[in-house]
Amino acid sequence: MRRYLGRKLLIYLLTFFVAVTIDWLIPRFMPGNPVDTMLARMALRADAAEVLRSYYIRAFRLDLPLWQQYLNFWTALFKGDLGISTWLFPQPVFQLIKRAVPYDLFLLLPAIILSWMAGNWVGAIAARIRWLDNTILPLGYILTASPYMWLAIVLAWALGNVAGLFPIAGAYGFGLRPHLSWLFIRDLLWHWFLPFASLFLVMFGGWAIGMRNMIIYELESEYSRYLESLGTPQRLIRRYAFRNAMLPQITGLALQLGGIVAGALATEIVFAYPGIGYIILNAVQNQDYFLIQGCFLFIIVGVLMANFIIDLVYIVVDPRTRLGMTGE
Amino acid sequence: MAQEQPKEVRSEFIYFALRNRKLRVGLGILVFFLLFAILGPFLTEYEPNAYVGPSAQPPSSEFWFGTTTFGQDVYSQFAHGLRSTFIVGLIGGGIGTLIGVLIGLLAGYRGGMVDESLNMLTNIVLIIPTLAVLIIIAAYLAVRGIFTESVFIGLTAWPWAARAIRAQTFSLRAREFVDLARMSGCNSLRIVLTEIAPNMMSYLLLVFILQFGGAILNAATLDFIGLGPTRGMSLGLMMNNAVLWAALQLGMWWWLIPPGAAIAAIVGALYVMNVGLDEVFNPKLREM
Repeated sequence: MRRYLGRKLLIYLLTFFVAVTIDWLIPRFMPGNPVDTMLARMALRADAAEVLRSYYIRAFRLDLPLWQQYLNFWTALFKGDLGISTWLFPQPVFQLIKRAVPYDLFLLLPAIILSWMAGNWVGAIAARIRWLDNTILPLGYILTASPYMWLAIVLAWALGNVAGLFPIAGAYGFGLRPHLSWLFIRDLLWHWFLPFASLFLVMFGGWAIGMRNMIIYELESEYSRYLESLGTPQRLIRRYAFRNAMLPQITGLALQLGGIVAGALATEIVFAYPGIGYIILNAVQNQDYFLIQGCFLFIIVGVLMANFIIDLVYIVVDPRTRLGMTGE
Repeated sequence: MAQEQPKEVRSEFIYFALRNRKLRVGLGILVFFLLFAILGPFLTEYEPNAYVGPSAQPPSSEFWFGTTTFGQDVYSQFAHGLRSTFIVGLIGGGIGTLIGVLIGLLAGYRGGMVDESLNMLTNIVLIIPTLAVLIIIAAYLAVRGIFTESVFIGLTAWPWAARAIRAQTFSLRAREFVDLARMSGCNSLRIVLTEIAPNMMSYLLLVFILQFGGAILNAATLDFIGLGPTRGMSLGLMMNNAVLWAALQLGMWWWLIPPGAAIAAIVGALYVMNVGLDEVFNPKLREM
């Protein structure tokens, strides 16, 4: 188990290292001087441009040798210094991201966990009930093939615009300020529902199909046939099949995380939901490069942490990893 | 040797391919959209970005898919966007598959240190969210075309393909006909190209189809965030414009719904085709 975890941690550390290097490298490797490109596209007043130019050159330290620039980048990173946003000017990037992250977690965690559980459950049932299988399978393919933002748009249009049941923008009403009261919590949940539902549905399709296929595969494997020939009750065989089929689904969750995060970004843009996705949209529109770079690092760190949690879960669920029987 | 499939086997594949309903449905939808992408732009005289009509019109005989807030023709944007979608899928999916195949074959056949280091690389790139990397690359590119976008999408999409092909290569490497080729003095490159690769052809096709769909979805998300092509039109860009210019609040469904519906239909058709092809190639899965 220690070897398994150690190997995983090494990969995560290396990944973090590579990600930070990419974050540092790309602005320097793109054609042209990043400072000039940024300033030219910002269309600022002359004096403001001068202030920003000196700030950028100081921030990038483009006059220093490359290895020194690289070291400085890491030092700043460990101090939590991700630069200053140009979109909301004097605010540090770190603060902006810190304010957005709770909304992301509030949206992503329930959507990921609930869709994973519901998808596995429905998929497992569909594997043995024919009519359910015939409806779940096509539906699942449509859902999992939908771009996240399209399903979000469809839900916002149908349930928000046409039916008028849900609000389609923001995390809470414009007339409210965040505070702890039933009124606010109700409003928060009401705004949360549609983005949550669209994320949930797209993921649900994928999990249901995956589980259905895995269960069918497990029920046709040797051990199931053997148990069957011994006269074991179907219920017990299915339970074994379910537990075995769950393992690839856990691995699948780890592999899907990047895609899920991307989907959440797009969904937040549709609903103007104030998470990282919404920040990225504004950063892109306002050419706020520090903010984009900060969001990039934040997403990576989030995905790495989630991967590690999934690894821990895997150790609990699969005894083989505890006994060191699998290297991967 | 192994790469020469007897004629009967090949015609058997065609027989089962024609009989497979999933494959027929998927292929049908795909061909429909492909024809639309090829011929659609010729059916309209309007340029996708030209301001040609009154603003925010619902579909009519003059503007088949209606017009945008600025009076652009949604049909023309849709038809041109569909073209970009197929280009991105083809180039992005193609590059992703190619790199995945090269790395997977090399790691799987060589083993040892080559495999260890390539596997480490694959694992690292696998964890980094593709879209995050694409966002940061695209943000620093002043001029972006559909071609550049596709190349970058392909360059970041290969890890899972490499992993899958590595596993396949591992299992093929230990087979007798590969041993035989090795004993008869073939060099590694030849063994990989003439003994191992042909036995994975059906698998490679499945990988390419999934890469094709993945590239389309990635491009759509990237375009939707506002980092799509700075010139030209794409389905993701249409959705981006629609949402930014309050099509949701104004209830302009003709602008909001078609682009994503086309992507969902194409990617869904690819997935269904994939399952159908799997059944064709793998006799165990065939429904009798």
